[in-house]
Amino acid sequence: MLEQPWELNGSVAIRPEPFGALLYDFTTRRLTFLKDRRLVAVVEGLADAPTVGDALERAGVPAAERAGFDAALHRLAEQRMITRRTA
Amino acid sequence: MTLAPERPATGTRLVDHFEHGLDAPICLTWELTYACNLACVHCLSSSGRRDPRELTTEECFGLIEEFEAMKVFYVNIGGGEPTVRPDFWEIVDHAVAHHVGVKFSTNGFRITPERAERLARTDYVDVQVSLDGATAEVNDRVRGAGTFDAALRALRNLRDAGMQDTKLSVVCTRENVPQLDRFKEIADEHGAMLRLTRLRPAGRGADVWHELHPLPEQQREIYDWLVAHGKGVLTGDSFFHLAAYGDALPGLNLCGAGRVVCLVDPVGDVYACPFAIHDRFLAGNVRGDGFGSVWRDAPLFADLRSPQTGGACTRCSAYDACRGGCMAAKFFTGLPLDGPDPECVKGNATGALAAVADGTRPAPSQDHSHSGPVRNAPVPVTIARRPPASPCDESPLGAGRDPLTTG
Repeated sequence: MLEQPWELNGSVAIRPEPFGALLYDFTTRRLTFLKDRRLVAVVEGLADAPTVGDALERAGVPAAERAGFDAALHRLAEQRMITRRTA
Repeated sequence: MTLAPERPATGTRLVDHFEHGLDAPICLTWELTYACNLACVHCLSSSGRRDPRELTTEECFGLIEEFEAMKVFYVNIGGGEPTVRPDFWEIVDHAVAHHVGVKFSTNGFRITPERAERLARTDYVDVQVSLDGATAEVNDRVRGAGTFDAALRALRNLRDAGMQDTKLSVVCTRENVPQLDRFKEIADEHGAMLRLTRLRPAGRGADVWHELHPLPEQQREIYDWLVAHGKGVLTGDSFFHLAAYGDALPGLNLCGAGRVVCLVDPVGDVYACPFAIHDRFLAGNVRGDGFGSVWRDAPLFADLRSPQTGGACTRCSAYDACRGGCMAAKFFTGLPLDGPDPECVKGNATGALAAVADGTRPAPSQDHSHSGPVRNAPVPVTIARRPPASPCDESPLGAGRDPLTTG
């Protein structure tokens, strides 16, 4: 995943909150919470970053914490909150 | 002066964040009208007649645009019966066009095959059909003659039109708890999701709560049934007071009033939650500075978002699970807000509930009930009894009537 381009699913809206953000998928009606503001920055930055790894880099996530963020992104991918960018 | 509560540090449990409130509600209920073609005995909003001060179409559009700006992802529209508003479909279309999803509750009378097809073609709209008995006998006693057939007709029309994920919404009562499996079958037969919610003593519900709320052993039955069915059944986070039995049920398991939930009523009044339409829980009106200002700045909401004292409940081992239960249920049954829920599964409210003297329960602050006869009007669950004119009327051994005062 780290080497691939990803983005927020087109049917998902993101709302910043003091604790992080809410994600809502208008298609599945599913609500998800992001509990870390840096994770919010990563997710928001996906579309403009060549790869997921670049988005992590740009959001200032230190190498030591990459594994945790990687796991969180995989969970979001399973829920189809983020999808692989094809274009 | 009250200081704004400090935000918890990142990494705290989500529930702790929610207790301090969010920048916008997650779950916003919007009662569009107090007008209703029915007269259900347990109506939370005492609906029947339209309030002449109802928000105009333009005001509704403005409110939707404000929801969009605040990123309120969806609204739960109810009433009254929202479809009786002549501009109802226009309001739904406006919401959808402004990326505010709509889930609306209906008794189904107006969900014709044509309407169902149009709904099935519209993204962002969910329909929730109310049914409070899995048989006409049980349902119509509460909702009125012909309402069972109307709800099932609506469910069929929606299914036949290809509508996805229709919700079948059931308020659990003493009479319908034995029908839970049958409700699930009805939902499955119509490709619908079953949604069970708790009977609240709000609105006209206060008048029938003592006769209709589930008995203690039925509460256990509801809990076990919900645990067995997991996420396959929706509850709107209704039953968090049952978490005291053991495992928490799926959902947030906290009172979201004024924190993640609120209600906008037909005249634009904002209340802390859909079960608390009473002056005590009135935060403001959208006609002044708009909805956002009420949500962010209402003193009532600041109070609800500040640390709550659990009162007597903090000594109970289950307090962390049930958080003292439902604020509205306590209020309308005359119990203190910082004590146990009237349906506390540990039985801790039994004494207090019995001690609430007649006539001391909070009086409703509004009533929109029909004043004349209503088509389909339900047969009351019990015939209201006049107080006996003399003890003799109750028992042949009682004192006789005073001959001077009887005619």
